[in-house]
Amino acid sequence: MTVSTDTAKPARPVESIDQIVIRFAGDSGDGMQVTGDRFTNESAIFGNDLSTLPNFPAEIRAPAGTMAGVSAFQVHISDHDILTPGDAPNVLVAMNPAALRANVTDVPTGGTIVVNSDAFDDRAIEKAGYAANPLVDGSLSQFRVYEVPMTALTLEACKPTGAKPREAERSKNFFALGLVSWLYQRPTETTIQWITERFGHNAVVVEANTLAFRAGYNFGETAELFESAYEISAATHEPGTYTNITGNTALAWGLIAAGQLGKVPLFLGSYPITPASDILHELSKHKNFGVRTLQAEDEIAGIGAALGAAFGGALGITTTSGPGIDLKSETVGLAVSLELPLLIVDIQRGGPSTGLPTKTEQSDLLHAMFGRHGEAPVPIVAAMTPSHCFYAAIEAVRIALKYRTPVFLLSDGYLANGSEPWKLPSVDDLPDISTSFATEPNGNGDGSDGAGSGGVDSAEGSAGGDGPTFLPYLRDPETLARPWAIPGTPGLEHRIGGLEKEDRTGNVSYDAVNHETMVRLRAAKIAGIAKDIPLLECDDPTGDAQVLVLSWGSTYAAALAGVRRVRKVGGRVAQAHLVHLNPFPSNLGEVVRRYPRVLIPEGNTGQLSKLVRADFLVDVRSLTKVQGTPFRVAEVERTIHGLLGEVGADAGADVTADAGATKTEGAAVA
Amino acid sequence: MTDVAVPITTRKDWSSDQDVRWCPGCGDYSVLAAVQFLLPELGVRRENTVFVSGIGCAARFPYYMNTYGMHSIHGRAPAVATGLAVTRPDLDVWVVTGDGDALSIGGNHLMHCLRRNVNLTILLFNNQIYGLTKGQYSPTSEVGKVTKSTPFGSLDTPFNPISLALGAEATFVARTHDMDRKHMMEVFRRAHAHKGAAFVEVYQNCNVFNDGAFEQVTGRAQREEMLIDLHHGEPIRFGGDGHLGVVMEAQGSLRIVEVDDVGEEALLVHDERREDPALAFALSRLSRGPYEPTPVGVFRAVERNDYGSLVDAQLLDAQARKGPGDLTALLNSGTTWTVD
Repeated sequence: MTVSTDTAKPARPVESIDQIVIRFAGDSGDGMQVTGDRFTNESAIFGNDLSTLPNFPAEIRAPAGTMAGVSAFQVHISDHDILTPGDAPNVLVAMNPAALRANVTDVPTGGTIVVNSDAFDDRAIEKAGYAANPLVDGSLSQFRVYEVPMTALTLEACKPTGAKPREAERSKNFFALGLVSWLYQRPTETTIQWITERFGHNAVVVEANTLAFRAGYNFGETAELFESAYEISAATHEPGTYTNITGNTALAWGLIAAGQLGKVPLFLGSYPITPASDILHELSKHKNFGVRTLQAEDEIAGIGAALGAAFGGALGITTTSGPGIDLKSETVGLAVSLELPLLIVDIQRGGPSTGLPTKTEQSDLLHAMFGRHGEAPVPIVAAMTPSHCFYAAIEAVRIALKYRTPVFLLSDGYLANGSEPWKLPSVDDLPDISTSFATEPNGNGDGSDGAGSGGVDSAEGSAGGDGPTFLPYLRDPETLARPWAIPGTPGLEHRIGGLEKEDRTGNVSYDAVNHETMVRLRAAKIAGIAKDIPLLECDDPTGDAQVLVLSWGSTYAAALAGVRRVRKVGGRVAQAHLVHLNPFPSNLGEVVRRYPRVLIPEGNTGQLSKLVRADFLVDVRSLTKVQGTPFRVAEVERTIHGLLGEVGADAGADVTADAGATKTEGAAVA
Repeated sequence: MTDVAVPITTRKDWSSDQDVRWCPGCGDYSVLAAVQFLLPELGVRRENTVFVSGIGCAARFPYYMNTYGMHSIHGRAPAVATGLAVTRPDLDVWVVTGDGDALSIGGNHLMHCLRRNVNLTILLFNNQIYGLTKGQYSPTSEVGKVTKSTPFGSLDTPFNPISLALGAEATFVARTHDMDRKHMMEVFRRAHAHKGAAFVEVYQNCNVFNDGAFEQVTGRAQREEMLIDLHHGEPIRFGGDGHLGVVMEAQGSLRIVEVDDVGEEALLVHDERREDPALAFALSRLSRGPYEPTPVGVFRAVERNDYGSLVDAQLLDAQARKGPGDLTALLNSGTTWTVD
């Protein structure tokens, strides 16, 4: 963090800094997510680059004041391009002792802590598990601690509203937001406007929140507590119109866009599940796009209905998280057999079983890859950042429509709830992913096309004639996709199902050799998608990198940030990121064989590593972490340094590989 | 879809070229024939007709129909059909299922598509046994049933499919049996005409694993005295010369009486259109199993908006209020800022 003095602002001194990481923490009922979200929006509109990490418990309201109930929101804002929500908060705003205790270990020495001192009574201190008041026992001496009686000041500020103290106290998160907004010189008008819109139905709440917010801001300005305020200049963004977007919203918009670009009506069959429900909520708002959403009776019905809709010519989508994927597996297998377009969106969370519903993980990759009985290959696309969820959704739908196949779209809890500024694309620049339905028979009925007696007859005629036939499994020679013939099309009546089908006719067939043909055809169709996706781009600025960092999904941010840090000190490291996990880009083998060391950081115990090792016999190094949070940049950075050291040692150079450097507190190298 | 008149068809037009592979003598053949004879009479088009099934013997049904069809997953046909019916209100969607498929593995989906009133015609082939897996007891098997999986007799109380459908808020509930094509065709015709979810239980004989399960009520010799054919607005009478009838007791339960003992005016008059399903429910409990006089025909037929129409009404309303979807406007719908 560079600091310089700025004398332009009157009243209180304002210093310029280039970035800051702030974490708001309080009870899950304290409104910390709202506070963090508002601060993020103020910063986005101001023009900072930013990245966020909400972190909340699975319980809606755990007992107040306990560690279990602490909800936090971390936001990283800067005047330059950043990728991650920050390894550690420079500033912690703690609304009670439990919030302090749950988060203080993450604050580096010298960091700033702002507490609501009114919340530090004996009972709350004990409830948080402190033996003594941390504000007075000297345990916070390595931090700069600011004690602000936020409850009392909020109550005072809200007096004109006539709200009862219990109600007025609920505005204290807006006091905290006002205070931090002053501290970092955020614009305030959008928040006041937002309060009016959000709580407009309740005039007292609008007034109380607004007064508390202003009081917090003014308190910073006038109280002789803070030495100075700080400002972080706007980042240099490309020209364009921006919005701040979370992964789930971007994904939902991507699905709507995909329906429009594919010229097919969108049908979502879904069952509520954390952290995917927001996609169901968002899509349900946009019925004017012709979007139909069904909150199904269970996960199985969600995907079943989506598949039924696909049979009828709709873009069938189901959204869920890990436990829902378990339940949907049988229907995914049916979709593989039916060869109909279908999109399965998995917002990954910690598993197994119910696991960590609100915490992120990347541990469903192998499930998406292999989690079905029989030989049932399914393409997989993974989103890399919150805004990329939009494009990943379009790409996944493109593959589904073109190849008549179920497709997995993987996101995760971190991307789903995290946000970043997004330069809005021009709709005209989005790809045309439309497909066409079959309208005419495609066989001649004389047996030369293998159709047997499966004649399509006119309504007046009889079945099994010699007229033109429709072969529902006659494949496009280029894509190996079968025709999408939807009910309502005269002459193309046909039956499909989960029993093995005869090649071309689609009739039920138990023939052994035909079964092998079909298994291999389905596999070849999916493998062939590799011809239709971009080659893996490998960024190797010096051309002689010793280590390649290969990431997938949300690990993109920490991986790239780690690479940048290593490069800053002269490390020769290459970076590549996989969006397509099945099939892989066709040059992946060549890329991973090019480097002495390949590092794959991922939020599981080494799933992509397994696939890459198995496919290419390259002994990649796996950096893994399953703590419900994304990687810290430092974890990736340290590991890269360790691997660079190994390569140096291999070459007989005078460098000692520090094995310890590849083991971090958070992440494990295997 | 078009102005062209619906072509005149015969049963043959509705038969696919696939060999029917049910066991010789299976009751499924007569249900298939009833449907194939009925469809030419309904003035519908093959291309607009879809049969969706789950897994089981009955679930092979779509393969034998020269229409669109899907043989899906065990128990899930109502879910698959829901997605199709909701997105394609122009289609006639039929669900063919069995007692294991609909009431065991797929019980949840059946219940919910009935309460939603999805525009489907559901034919449940009830043979009180698992046929395709070779003879285990089913959720409609009588208590004490000795099968391969219950060598000492089954212990669980069976479902009454009609009671279950009524409890699940179904708007159309009926029963027929595989020994009477004319009756099947009339009940199927009514079910097809119903807007919303129409549920039909078909007593169907599995001559291999549960032969004669319904013989005591559907056998030609017994039928007259054992089947109570329900007719809307008429006193409920059955037996030779209608000598038997149904009366309602003070507590609401039903009893079978000799008409001569009570007089016709004392008989219960069937009212399939009653909003309150209590009477239909009582009728569904009149017989404890297919060995006592058993009502067949339409138990309940009431009007309620079907789910797909309600969904479409919301879409039209949203489009009327907000205009058709505009992607650019959607992307700009949050707080935006411009960098020059």
